[in-house]
This record gives sequence, structure tokens and C-alpha cells, in this order.
Amino acid sequence: MKKLNSYLIACLLTIVSTMAIAQEDDQVLKAEYGKFALTNAKIYTVTKGVIENGTLVINNGIIEAVGANVQIPNDAKVIDVAGKEIYPGMIDGGTTLGLNEIGSIAEAQDYREYGAITPQMEALTAVNPNAVTIPVTRVSGVTTVWTMPQGGVLPGTAAAINLFGYTPDQMYAGQRGIVMNFPSTAGGRRWRRLSEDEIKKRQERAMKEINETWDKAELYAKIENAEDVRNYPEIEALVPVVKGETPIFIEVNAAQDILNAIEWIKGRGYKQVVLTGVAEGWRVADEIAESGYPVIAGPVQAIPTRSSDSFDAAYANPGIMSKAGVKVALRTMDNENARNLPYHAGFAAAYGMGKEEALKAITINAAEILGVGDQIGSIEVGKKANFFVSTGDPFETATKITDLFIDGYKVPMTSRHIRLYDEFLNRATGVDKTKPAIEIKKK
Amino acid sequence: MTMKTKNILLSLLLVLCTSAFAQEAPKGDVLFKGGTVLTITNGALENTDVLVRDGKISRIGKGLRAPNGVETVDITGKFLMPGIIDAHSHIAGSAINEGTSQVTAEVSMEDVVDPYDVSIYRALAGGVTSIHLMHGSANVIGGQNETMKLRWGQTDPDMLRFEGAPRTIKFALGENPTRGARARGIQPQSRMGIEMMLRNSFSEAQEYEKRWKAYNASKDPKKVAPEYDLRMQTLVDILNGEVLVHCHSYRADEIYMLLKVFSDFNIPRLTFQHANEAYKVAPELAAFGATASVFADWWAYKLEVYYSTAYNAAILHENGVLTSINSDSGELIRHLFHEAAKTQKYGNLSDDEALAMITLNPAKQLGIDNRVGSIEVGKDADIAIFDNHPLSIYAVPQMTFVDGVKYFDINNDKADQRIYIDPESSIEEVTLFEKMDYNHRCMEGAAIFFGQNLINHQH
Repeated sequence: MKKLNSYLIACLLTIVSTMAIAQEDDQVLKAEYGKFALTNAKIYTVTKGVIENGTLVINNGIIEAVGANVQIPNDAKVIDVAGKEIYPGMIDGGTTLGLNEIGSIAEAQDYREYGAITPQMEALTAVNPNAVTIPVTRVSGVTTVWTMPQGGVLPGTAAAINLFGYTPDQMYAGQRGIVMNFPSTAGGRRWRRLSEDEIKKRQERAMKEINETWDKAELYAKIENAEDVRNYPEIEALVPVVKGETPIFIEVNAAQDILNAIEWIKGRGYKQVVLTGVAEGWRVADEIAESGYPVIAGPVQAIPTRSSDSFDAAYANPGIMSKAGVKVALRTMDNENARNLPYHAGFAAAYGMGKEEALKAITINAAEILGVGDQIGSIEVGKKANFFVSTGDPFETATKITDLFIDGYKVPMTSRHIRLYDEFLNRATGVDKTKPAIEIKKK
Repeated sequence: MTMKTKNILLSLLLVLCTSAFAQEAPKGDVLFKGGTVLTITNGALENTDVLVRDGKISRIGKGLRAPNGVETVDITGKFLMPGIIDAHSHIAGSAINEGTSQVTAEVSMEDVVDPYDVSIYRALAGGVTSIHLMHGSANVIGGQNETMKLRWGQTDPDMLRFEGAPRTIKFALGENPTRGARARGIQPQSRMGIEMMLRNSFSEAQEYEKRWKAYNASKDPKKVAPEYDLRMQTLVDILNGEVLVHCHSYRADEIYMLLKVFSDFNIPRLTFQHANEAYKVAPELAAFGATASVFADWWAYKLEVYYSTAYNAAILHENGVLTSINSDSGELIRHLFHEAAKTQKYGNLSDDEALAMITLNPAKQLGIDNRVGSIEVGKDADIAIFDNHPLSIYAVPQMTFVDGVKYFDINNDKADQRIYIDPESSIEEVTLFEKMDYNHRCMEGAAIFFGQNLINHQH
């Protein structure tokens, strides 16, 4: 009976896989779950070297075995990926993915709440698991992102999400964190340039607001169990940071601001701290390294912050920090084009970071900095099956992703971009094939 | 002073003035020795030399010798390709939109070229040698554009012009012009209105031309000339094919509409800019002979690009539509070679096909393909050198030449490349990253009508 069962399962799996290959009209591709063995692959584990001609076994969402001499379970669905490479799913350390469907339409955006101090706002709540942007991103090998509220001083609580699932909870990758925009001494934007005096005043005002807020949070942490403590959601949300239970992600970019931020946090003594953005980190790389705080840097494909900077300042930034001893992860700070994460990493690699460090920056480093390094970020036994199969170096632009696993699910390699390609590459001319494509009365 | 000396002095003065005003752009001589030459039109030639004389490519071959006084640049192990051409740029423009009317064909970007914009140097550091400095997209018929060569360091704006390039003009369809009109309570507020604005403008121009033709043909000694109108005259020039139209557009329906309008008015050439949905009407574009200049993968920043696909360029190309990849961004322009490589991920284009998207194809769209866009004898020596194949993510631009003159060299790249520093700015400004802000200027200058928040996403 047991044998019969496995025979039936094998038959079923074969049918399912045939369906996956030949997508017919009106057929929906669904993710598969279960036991898989990927064979004959070059496996980049990131933490334990490269395995030539290796096998990777997945069981119930978890990596069960990985290596060159791995027994393939009888009941596993075997996927021969000879000539291809396997990498841990890429992790984007900063996006608004799931919170922002169409850039210009306020009704399609859920990453900005009214008010400057709103840390209790949960990004995870507003993540739309069915956003068109999500499959578009994951088919490029990005399996996990840090999705962030934006604006104000304390815009909300960001969350790590896997890019597959039908509810936010299914997508949740196991970490949340408070986002804080550190008051900037920088001079504004193209549209509105501020005077030195205005900048100084603005910065002092913002520091005062921040300090008052955190003073309240520290007081609240002391008295929260007392009777008659009134409901104070925005302050309550900060208490886990004060207690060192939740990380704080401090967005800071200009060199002087980075130094100010480090000094400020040291003064506060919060335990879990991540610096994000850090565009001018290369100017103060040693000071960052000395602080011990890890960094999520990016976007890498960005113009330099100052017109006197070298053209490649943003490209070289992650490598300079990494060489100084800073633990660096990368981010696109994009939404619909978070799929370009491997190219941001590729530019960092080409401009000094090197391939190996750049790969770590978007896998294990990102996972560890986000506090989910025990679950994802490398190909190791016991970790979640978050990985992709590629035709080669995933940083190279022409490389294609051929298979994708997220949270143990074999996710179909389709997205609206791919379906539109399939439909329109050789479009039917029209209803009446005898008519020309367009009546032209040209000279 | 005799009359004769006076004449001599006068003519001397005249010569001096002429040379002062019509100075020639510098031209160089150089021999590139031993690299892989990516010709675009004749494949990749390994271990090949390229000799440049007086700013032109004079020989391509093996074992070439440098003539006396000509510098040799060893490019062994490196890659030489034609300078990259960006068919949609707003760098080096001190103003972008003349949004005071829905038709402003009379204005031209040639009047607002800013030779001090450090973005020019940064584009050179990405292998770019020519840009199409475009008017913005705030109105239906915008201003005329300027095709430029990036001769960084020249402070006379005229020295950055691509001498002899055809005139071009910006049109815009869809959300941008209708949003502006809506804010001001005028037409057009819909894609219906845009069509009628175009048809009315061309009809008026035809009447204008008729009046002038009648005047010129008249033998009446007392004839009175019609009023001269630069706006109308420019539209007449478009009708006569003397000004090439580059039209900001996204949706398939509006692209199809413009094909029909141009067909009705017998305007032969047309390039669609952005054209995110051009893939849906690729057979129609091919039948018309219209071309497209698109983003490699930008989408979803507004409703009219929500139904985009990154395979747009490949679908267009496979359907026989001449296609280029552009930047519309001071950031993207620095890695157009990488943007072009995306056509290999999204559509399997060959190396030559992918590279043509940023060289020969934009050159054709700008009408300068007789001068630039490929490595061929007789063409301008606008050249970019890379350490790796330019379609590789690891490619770092090494040197960039315009007319055989070197304007970028990574080994001689001191950090501060500015040639103008604002004397009123005591501290240097730090401009921080904000997605879709600093480097997207299509609607800049039109801000006054829409409020700043809306500007961030309006290509």
C-alpha cells in the first residue's frame, strides 16, 4: 500500500509538472510543495563554499540535505539542473514592495501614513500579497525583501517578507523593525534648496522632537506595567527598541549625519541598531566600522551625493565600507524594479567590493542584519528552501533564472511581464487577416 | 588712413569675428592598438587596430602603424565600441519645459544648453558621446530638441552642438499634457482632446503655408506679406519632413492614434519616446516605418506604464521596428551599456543587436547615422573603451573620445570634475537619494501647475 501510494504521488507529480511546462489558455500555474531533489548543480552555498555537481534535497519547505554525495530520496521529485547554478534567494534590504502598486496614484500607495511620529504603523498590514510587482520581482531571483514605511521621522514598522504567499502572515519572514529617518544636515533637493541657517534650524527642531519621543519611550518602558498607564500606541511601539528586543533601522546618508547618528545611538544605548542608506558611508567608513553597527547600503546605481564627487562614488561605496570592516548588506530602495538587486550588487562588485562579498551582501549578510540569518541567506541543512536556479552568474545581465523556490514552494516562473511577452511577440494581425496592419497614406 | 588700409582692417576684423564665432570643435588623431573592436555593423573584430585622423576613423585593421606625431593607445584585452548615444536626455539643459501653451513649437533647447552641468562628464564616464537633449512632456507639441556631442570643458554652448544634425521636436501624449491642462482648466484633458489639438495645429499650419505660397507666387507689386509666425513655420517644417518628431507616449491606443494623424498629414518619419506599450502595436509601427526609443525595464511609476513588459524592446525588434534604449535620467545615462544588456535577459538579443540599441539605432532615429553609431571608416571617431565586454555587468568604462579627442580617462579621473562652482554656495550641497526625483526631469518646470508632490513620477 505504501508503495502504491508513492507510485500514485509520483504519477500525480508527473502530471503536475507536465502542466507546469505547458501552460494552456486559461490554465493557472500554481506553486508546488513537497519533497524535491535538484541534481547535478553547481551550488553556491555562500557560507560553506561552492559544491560542484551537487545535489540539494528539499523536504516540507526545509533544506534536508546538500552536497556532492547526497542520497536522493525515492519519493522526491527529481529536477535535473545539469549545467546550471543554485544560489540562495537574493534579499533586498530596502523596498516598498507590496505597499506601492502604481507610483503616481495615491490610492495605490500604502507606505506613508499621516503624521511624523507613527512607528506603530505596520508595513506588514498593508502588504498586498497579490501585487503585480511581486511575481515580477521574484522571477529575477529576489525571494525576500525588507519592505518599509516612508516619510516623517518615525514612519512605521518595516517587515521582512518572502515574495510568495496568499496572506501577509504567510509572507512574513520573521522580523520587524522600527524605521527612523535621522534628521539631516543635507541641503534638500533639486526642487527646494535650503539656506545653511534653515538647514540648521530644521535639524535642531527635528532632533528635539526625536529626543522628546525617545525620552517618553524610555519612561514608558519603566512604567508600562504600572496601573493607570494610558494607551499611547506610538510610544508603546518604541518600547521593544528601548528594551533591545526589536531592531531600529536608522536612515542616514550624509557623512556628518552618519557621525551624528552614531553618537546619538551610543548615547541612547539601544542594542539592536542598523544604519540604512549610508550614501556617504565611504567618507566615514572607519568610524562606522568602529561603531560596530551593520549597514544596509543603497541604491548602488545612484548618482553621487555631491557634484564634486567622483562619478563612481555610489558604485564604490559598499566596497569601501566592506573593506573597512563594516558588515554590509545592499538594497535597491526601489519598488517595481527591486528585481534589479543583482545588478546593484554587480556594480558594487565591479567597483571594488568583489563578487564574493557582493553576493554575501544580498544573501547571508542581509539575512543576518535583518535578524533572519538562522532561517535564510545561505544554502545549509535546516534552513528554509529559499533559492533559485540560474544559467550562470546571477549578477551578469544576460543570465536567466530558470527555477525558483520560496519558503519551500516551487514557485512558477511566470509574471505579467512574461505573459505579455508570450502574447505579443507574435501577435495575431487582427480579425481580418486580409487587411493591412494600418492604412497608410504616406508620401 | 587710406580707403585701402581701412578695407584691409575691416576685412581682418571680419575674419577675426568669424573665427571667434564659428570656432571649430577640436579634432584628434590617435591609434587604438590591439583591442576587440565592436563595430556594430560588422561584428566583433579581435585584436584589431583603429586609426583616427583629424577626428574621423581612417583605418580599421591589424598591424596598423601610428603616423608621425600620432599617439598610440594600447587597448590590448580591452573592448572598443562606438560612443553611446542617448536618444532621450535632459542633462545639460538649464530649462526643460515651456509649459505656457499646449503648442510651443517655436522654442528650442538650443537656447538653454548648459555646458557646466557635471552630468555631462558623468555621462562620458559611462561611455556616452552624444545625447538628444529633449524638451519636456508638459504640453502636446513641445519645443525643439538639441542633438549634442559631449565635449566637456567647452564653455560655449554652441561647441556642444552636433553640427549638421537634423532638427527634431518633442510631442507628448497621455497623462502628462492632460494633467497640465486639467490643472488649468483648458483642453486637452483627454486622449480625444490630444488628437484634435494635433489635427487642428497641422491644419492651421497648412493654411499658414498656403498663405505664404500664395504671397510668394503673387506677381502683384502691392502684395503684402502674411504675418511671420515661428510656431506655425516650425509646424510647416514638420509637415515637410524637415523636423523629425520624437513623441513622448506610453499607451498603445495613443501610439496608434498618432500613426493615423501622421498618415493623414503625410508626415513620413516618426519616433515614439518611452512607448511602454508599443509592443502591443508592433506590427502597426513596423508597417508605418515608425521607430521606438524605450526604457529597458522601467514601469509602474504611473498608470499608463502599469501594463508594461520588460520585453518591450525585444518584441519591437523581433517585429521589425527600429528600437533604441534611452535613459531620460542623469543616473541611467551612466550605464546604458548595462540597460542594453537587459534585452539579452528579456528577449535573447545578440550582442550586435543589443549594442545597436544604444549606438546605431538611436543614431538613425536622430538622423546622424551617417556620422556616428558604428565603427566604420569615414565616421566620426566617437569611441568608448571598456575593460570588459560592455554587455557584462563587470564592464567599467576606461576612456571616452569625441572626434578623436579624449574627454574621459579613468586613470586620470581626479574626483572633482566641475568646471564651474557656484560662488554663492559656501558649503557644498549634499543631494540625497530620493526615488524618481533628482534625475527625472520630464515634467520639471511644469511643477508650478501641479504641485511638487506630483512631479516625482512624471516621465
